[in-house]
Amino acid sequence: MAEKLLEIRKLTVGFVTDKGLVKATDEISLSIRQGQTVCLVGESGSGKSVTSLAVMRLIDYAGGVIADGSIEYHGQDLALKSQEEMRHIRGNRIAMIFQDPMSSLNPVFTVGEQIAESLRLHQNMSGDKAWNAAVDMLRTVGIPAPEIRAKQYPHELSGGMCQRVVIAIALACKPELLIADEPTTALDVTVQAQILDLLRKLQAELGMSILLITHDMGVAAEMADRVAVMYAGAIVEEGPVEDIFNTPSHPYTVGLLQSIPGFEGERGRELYTIRGTIPPIGQLPDGCRFHPRCPHAMDICRQKEPFDFLVGDGDDHRAACWLFEDRPVALVDGRGGRDEVKRA
Amino acid sequence: MSTKVTLNKQTTGEAATEDVIIDVRNLKKYFPIHKGLLSRVVGQVKAVDDVSLTIRKGETFGLVGESGCGKSTLGRVILRLQGATEGEVIFNGRNIHEMGGKELRELREEMQIIFQDPFGSLNPRFLVRDIIGEPLRVHRKMSGKEIDERVVELMEMVGLDASRRNRYPHEFSGGQRQRIGIARAIALHPQFIVADEAVSALDVSVQSQVINLLMKLQKELGLTFLFIAHGLNVVRHISDRVGVMYLGKLVEVGETETLFAAPLHPYTAALLSAIPKPTPGRRQERIVLQGDVPSPANPPSGCRFHTRCPLAQAKCSQVEPLLEEIMPGRQVACHFPLVKGDSGGVN
Ligand SMILES: Nc1ncnc2c1ncn2[C@@H]1O[C@H](COP(=O)(O)OP(=O)(O)OP(=O)(O)O)[C@@H](O)[C@H]1O
Ligand SMILES: Nc1ncnc2c1ncn2[C@@H]1O[C@H](COP(=O)(O)OP(=O)(O)OP(=O)(O)O)[C@@H](O)[C@H]1O
Ligand code: SF4
Ligand SMILES: [Mg+2]
Ligand SMILES: [Mg+2]
Repeated sequence: MAEKLLEIRKLTVGFVTDKGLVKATDEISLSIRQGQTVCLVGESGSGKSVTSLAVMRLIDYAGGVIADGSIEYHGQDLALKSQEEMRHIRGNRIAMIFQDPMSSLNPVFTVGEQIAESLRLHQNMSGDKAWNAAVDMLRTVGIPAPEIRAKQYPHELSGGMCQRVVIAIALACKPELLIADEPTTALDVTVQAQILDLLRKLQAELGMSILLITHDMGVAAEMADRVAVMYAGAIVEEGPVEDIFNTPSHPYTVGLLQSIPGFEGERGRELYTIRGTIPPIGQLPDGCRFHPRCPHAMDICRQKEPFDFLVGDGDDHRAACWLFEDRPVALVDGRGGRDEVKRA
Repeated sequence: MSTKVTLNKQTTGEAATEDVIIDVRNLKKYFPIHKGLLSRVVGQVKAVDDVSLTIRKGETFGLVGESGCGKSTLGRVILRLQGATEGEVIFNGRNIHEMGGKELRELREEMQIIFQDPFGSLNPRFLVRDIIGEPLRVHRKMSGKEIDERVVELMEMVGLDASRRNRYPHEFSGGQRQRIGIARAIALHPQFIVADEAVSALDVSVQSQVINLLMKLQKELGLTFLFIAHGLNVVRHISDRVGVMYLGKLVEVGETETLFAAPLHPYTAALLSAIPKPTPGRRQERIVLQGDVPSPANPPSGCRFHTRCPLAQAKCSQVEPLLEEIMPGRQVACHFPLVKGDSGGVN
């Protein structure tokens, strides 16, 4: 198996408010190997973006703090790096794509200049060479007539083209890890299909790892090697993509998959619903954070927060749910789930 | 030779006329493009360009298509929230674009709209009870007490806690705000509701709750829906029939099951194949369309899809295909529809 490129261990990220620290992520653990695509899925407000911003250490600028845990990248803890050190890592080895392509592009520079600038900065390329490479990048991401497009401004391009430009900028310095936060959510499905195809193709060529954040289970099924499901700040289930979709285990994942319309059962049938709503951060219930909505909640669920347990036969599919109590993760391979030791 | 073609006959294959609640005939909506200091009109955005369709009483008609293809504009012109450039909208036998004062006021009670944005469409300074009660105050001579009782009833119908009616919309979650919009829309017992991306902004778990609510209300109140959405899964689940739009044109109409199972228009086929399915390992062969959607200000000649169509022939760039019924209950506007050779289509 390929080497672990990124290993997030028990990462807690919060925002300081007048009520003290409010946790947006709560001891989440996740790892990505070389060449792998890991999808982080979950509903709005579950903490997906906060997680990605923490890895990039951009959370510092969003008013958040890494309260606990580590982010190991090539064995070094990014949580301990200075912003100066992070600047070298960002853009060079880890690149990020945000949901809204327009807001990541500078309206007063042509798209060619913006890609060339990134190449000058990170690859030490000189003027002409950087420009030519920028045009090549536009071609690589599938923009027709790249010589002409390079001289245009973002507002002269469609949303899909702008997102391609953003991808071109992110990939210009050949990152090892690409973090893409809802890169296709703002796009039409046919354009989304083009962008996802493009990401897959470039990944195969460059061998990079991708942390793909999405709330679309269909996108995750298509892109992921592994899937992590977030609920109210915690990863409640994580495993290989087939396991997550074929044998979902955490009651939240099961409910989420059943709620998707259009696939199972006949048209017009009453859809499965998960009762209630996601609690706001800072107002989590005691015990399991999902228990007020869970159809299987037991006494223990109301009292004690579940640890990570292994589900299924293998050793790489985990769920934080008392229904799977017999196989605690930490006791099996010390992979750093929410283990008993820390909480005792 | 881009001839201006109009569909003169009424949409074919329709149910008996008394079943039809909305009959849209050759509807056009053009927006002028202004330029320069004098705001000269330099062109037109053909947002809806010669669309004809019928919607039957009690059905849900789904409308899909990519951003900017004219779905919302069509919905708004059908409700006469915007005037038509040309064409007719017949609602229960009357052309609503010819109605005046009192008739129009009555019409407003019978047709309603639910918007996408549960945040933007509710006035943040109004209490929830005033938001839901407003149409009652405007259209009905009800006392304050009667309105309050009806608000409580409506809130209960849409699954909201009526004791929270004296609160402001920002104190409600996205799904709850969408329910507030729905309660307001059904307050006057309308017959016809346009739901424009009504569940698109909602998370899956909340979305399924709101979809169930819409289906329940339809059954209980006998509502007819025009359900506009770019989320094809949702449309597939809720709609009886589906219309597919591309660049201001309706390119295919059919029963939901048959249309999804065997699309006739190459654009429908591409659109459907682009939906990511939550079944790993079954990544199907996908029709990836090249290029972007052309501008509706300057649509391609002939078939508007020919610049991106994998099946386009010379004829497609020259002659505009009309929306025609090529099989019972299935209309398509394409010179080379994807008819399965052996099965002969339906049944
Ligand atoms: N700068 C901030 N200050 C305070 N709270 C914040 C801030 N940024 C995010 N949060 C809160 O942290 C939680 C997680 O937010 P996050 O943006 O990570 O969610 P998400 O999973 O990315 O959701 P979405 O799918 O809507 O993008 C939310 O409750 C959010 O309100
Ligand atoms: N008031 C207006 N003035 C000028 N152009 C308009 C106006 N309203 C809509 N348009 C244009 O008409 C076309 C159709 O827009 P419309 O909003 O109907 O599309 P849509 O299919 O609803 O798209 P979306 O899925 O993004 O909501 C677009 O090109 C749009 O820019
Ligand atoms: S721990 Fe209990 S409440 Fe939580 S998901 Fe599992 S069964 Fe449900
Ligand atoms: Mg986010
Ligand atoms: Mg719209």
